Amino acid sequence: MSDFSEELTRPGSDDDQVETPMVSGTGMHFPWLRKHLDSVATGGKKKKDFAQTTGACLSLTQEALLKHQWPRAAGFMHSYLQTLEDSDSSKRQAAPEIIWKLGSEILFYHPKSNVETFNTFADQMKNIGVLNYLKISLQHALYLIHHGMLEDASRNLSQAETWRYGEKSSSQEILINLVQAYKGLLEYYSWSKKKMELSQLDKDDYAYSTEAQNIFSHSWKTSVNFSALIKTPGVWDPFVKSYVEMLEFYGDQDGARKVLTNYAYDEKFPSNPNAHIYLYSFLKRAKAPRAELLSVLKILYQIVPSHKLMLEFHVLLRKSEKEEHQKLGLEVLFGLLDFAGCRKNVTAWKYLANYLRQILVKNHLGWVQEEWKTRKSWWPTFHFSYFWAKSDWKEDRDLAYEKAFVAGMLLGKGCRYFRYILKQDHQDQRKKIKRMKKSVKKYSIVKPAV
Amino acid sequence: MELEEAKELKERCSQCAAVSWGLTDEGKYYCTSCHNVTERSKEVINTDIIPNTKIKSISRGLKRKSKLEKGWDWYVCEGFQHILYQQAEALKTLGVAPGLKDEVLHNLWKRYLQKSKQAYCANPVYAGRRKAEVSEGNVHHSDGESGPELLSDTPWSSCLESGAESQSDAPTPRPLAAPRAPHSEAASVCSGSLDGVEYSERKEKGVVKMTVPGTLALCYLSLLWQREAVALSDLLRFVEEDHIPYIKAFQNFPEEMKLYGRDKGIFAIESWPDYEEIYKHMIEIATFLDLPRFPDITKDCFLHPNILCVKYLMEANLPDEMHGLIHQVTEMTGMGEVDSLTFDPIAKAAKTVKYDVQAVALIVVVLKLLFLLDDNLEWSLSDLAEVNNEKNKTEKPWFSFRKWYLVMRKALEEKKQEWEEARAKFMWKSEKPLYHSHIDKPVAYKRREVVVNLQKQFSALADSTLTVKKKSPSNFQLSWAEDDPDRPCFHSHSLRGVLLEKGQALVTKNSLYWLSTQKFCRSYCKHVTTYEASNFSLSYQFLLTLFSFLLRIKASLLHAEVSLIEKKLFKKKYSETKKNLRCRKGRR
Repeated sequence: MSDFSEELTRPGSDDDQVETPMVSGTGMHFPWLRKHLDSVATGGKKKKDFAQTTGACLSLTQEALLKHQWPRAAGFMHSYLQTLEDSDSSKRQAAPEIIWKLGSEILFYHPKSNVETFNTFADQMKNIGVLNYLKISLQHALYLIHHGMLEDASRNLSQAETWRYGEKSSSQEILINLVQAYKGLLEYYSWSKKKMELSQLDKDDYAYSTEAQNIFSHSWKTSVNFSALIKTPGVWDPFVKSYVEMLEFYGDQDGARKVLTNYAYDEKFPSNPNAHIYLYSFLKRAKAPRAELLSVLKILYQIVPSHKLMLEFHVLLRKSEKEEHQKLGLEVLFGLLDFAGCRKNVTAWKYLANYLRQILVKNHLGWVQEEWKTRKSWWPTFHFSYFWAKSDWKEDRDLAYEKAFVAGMLLGKGCRYFRYILKQDHQDQRKKIKRMKKSVKKYSIVKPAV
Repeated sequence: MELEEAKELKERCSQCAAVSWGLTDEGKYYCTSCHNVTERSKEVINTDIIPNTKIKSISRGLKRKSKLEKGWDWYVCEGFQHILYQQAEALKTLGVAPGLKDEVLHNLWKRYLQKSKQAYCANPVYAGRRKAEVSEGNVHHSDGESGPELLSDTPWSSCLESGAESQSDAPTPRPLAAPRAPHSEAASVCSGSLDGVEYSERKEKGVVKMTVPGTLALCYLSLLWQREAVALSDLLRFVEEDHIPYIKAFQNFPEEMKLYGRDKGIFAIESWPDYEEIYKHMIEIATFLDLPRFPDITKDCFLHPNILCVKYLMEANLPDEMHGLIHQVTEMTGMGEVDSLTFDPIAKAAKTVKYDVQAVALIVVVLKLLFLLDDNLEWSLSDLAEVNNEKNKTEKPWFSFRKWYLVMRKALEEKKQEWEEARAKFMWKSEKPLYHSHIDKPVAYKRREVVVNLQKQFSALADSTLTVKKKSPSNFQLSWAEDDPDRPCFHSHSLRGVLLEKGQALVTKNSLYWLSTQKFCRSYCKHVTTYEASNFSLSYQFLLTLFSFLLRIKASLLHAEVSLIEKKLFKKKYSETKKNLRCRKGRR
């Protein structure tokens, strides 16, 4: 029984306490359950009024925050600080984090608060629960960045960077890496600003060489800051991007490639489309062979088939000699147009129209039918309804034309979309339409009933 | 090895609060977590191995330090005495007759000390105990002869005789021959008071141990003895509103009375007093003290239902005319009789009337008689009253239950919210932090300092209009005014609408009544029925919520009291028609 009750209390005392500020509003919430858990926690004993009122105080603070009543929230916060002296050690230990989260929120928005008050608060909170030191330092720095005080933020991060508590634990390590990476990001920012200035200077200018010197001195330090973090699994887009930019600037192409490849392919990292996009654009810049580009995009295609790079992917596939690639090229286009967001993408439709004709000319009817099989039931209403015909024609004639062509190819000339566009019979497009009619007649996969 | 060496230091690091020490080359402690080097150096604590001379030199160093920290020698009961003194002073400023402190409370306290054998007796508990320990040959008290001056009768009683006041202004620093030898178990079991450890472990049959809630029970006993115009619920409310020292009373102890360790468990209170708990305590103490019958509660006493009901009628904004009906019910039930009202601890089953609860319950019963409160009749009667009030604007308006309900519900909700917010903002922690043992002391002080600093910051940002301003003490929580549209007053409304003239007498229009409890316990014990809100009409629930909020009691307690009155009122009817549930009520 005692084990059971302990298990029950844990979610009540730890998770709930810490998480409520964040999850309130999302998910389900059972106040009665919480009460029940509390009574289990105290072993049937009456809860002390102290515990009851500080709990009430916390919810009143949260309520005031939700309603943006900052002074009111500050008033309750004033009383909630007592939990730092709670005789219940688990509550006392959870308190700093709650106080930091709610308190920083209040100070961020309170009309009478300023950077100074925030700094004092953060400095005090850092030293209460050592376990929060790094997190608070980091958030403090972000606050300063938000207020444009980059130098202070950087100083703050340097301080946090050298801080140690006990033996380096893994959670601390990642936080320290993050701290360093943010520092690196700040350095990157000043670096790229200098780079901008430099690009505006005349090369013969007297100032140029000193500026250039400055820039060079930067890079080494910054790379150290980034490299630790981006080795740990995670999503580090802004850091990776800046890091690669700097590496490329200093001509370390191999280094950049290594970073990006690792970021995209290391299995320990969470799946991240951006990693592949960065790698692709890097390879493109580096004029890498087509095969390499294709393999990167193939993965991106599996993650985000609706990405606009899929058009480039298609072009690359179309150019390929391999039949398998050519078939994939068709798949990619169909896949892209499955998404509502790409519905009005003229290029995609144009590619599809051209490619369909090209493929049908090459007599690959099977490929088309294979793709069409699953879409037959919903594409007509999704893309080729009368409504779309009308609105497409009104908005974008080129689009309407390409779509009509595809519609004709896939649904035959009896299709509404096709017929509507045909009927418009516009002067400029007469020639185009005529050609289209001809192609459709010849290649449409739906043969008119004879 | 290093860690091994430093294990005996259990103190928390002032930098990071970890307890993980290593030794530097110079023998100083440093925190292995944050590398903070302390001023302390390794002391030999394991006394078994070290030769005698060394112990002396080391322990002298230690003792000097603790002596500085020690302040006066004081006993736990002195702490309670100080709290009682503060409470009596507070009651005096609240307007209680000045005799309360010196004549009543002082005597009760003396009697308590005597009965519990702490003073005023031939063989005080401390001395006896000590002797026994010494004779047992307890090694750790081997320096017992030169031990602390224990409660020999002379200094102790003289201290008491001079009254509580002398405590604070004329301390008698008793010479301390040698501080007590550190306790055998561990240095962590300690206390600032001389007998804190012993006191918290003491369990003696037949002796009521004094506690902080116990001081309130004593206060109430003296109020009752004096027949003061303070009901128990008032007293507790004053405590809650911080007009009477209770929660942090120990922080007003003289600077030299140090509190820590076990004293924390004795004096630090983390809950407001609970009505029923204090009530029980009071009876317990009164019986323990063997007190004689209290002065009679006669018709002109504040605690007599006739008077107390007027107070609650005013508070609850009900028509004055109800008073007559209440008076009748009081007569019929015999509740106004001196014998039933007066507290007599020596009587066989000592119990006293919960005057305030009883008065409020009477009002509820009368409201039930008038309006039935079945969620139906009260509303139709209200319709009648409102129609009549429309027609006759010059006459005294008829009381409309609906109008009253709407006004009261709003007032109750506002008050309740105000109350909840005030509670949420209550400052529980004293300026002097309490700690379990010396090793916790720096941490506790540091923590206190941090909290104070942070509080300073947030109080500057808080809404100044919202900061809890201490309310001036008042007997009334709600107030009503004739000409204030926000808080309309029903005191002068007439009950004409709900009464009928029958010959000379007035009879209630409503001739029905329902009993609150379905079953009474057969024997004369308190009945076993529990209050299940959903079984009752909404109007009845509202009344219970309203009044139990005013008294800060549980609704079930009030419900039980209502049932008790009904039992007395319908005794005859009840025994005739045993099946009850709905019982016709015929008034004369």
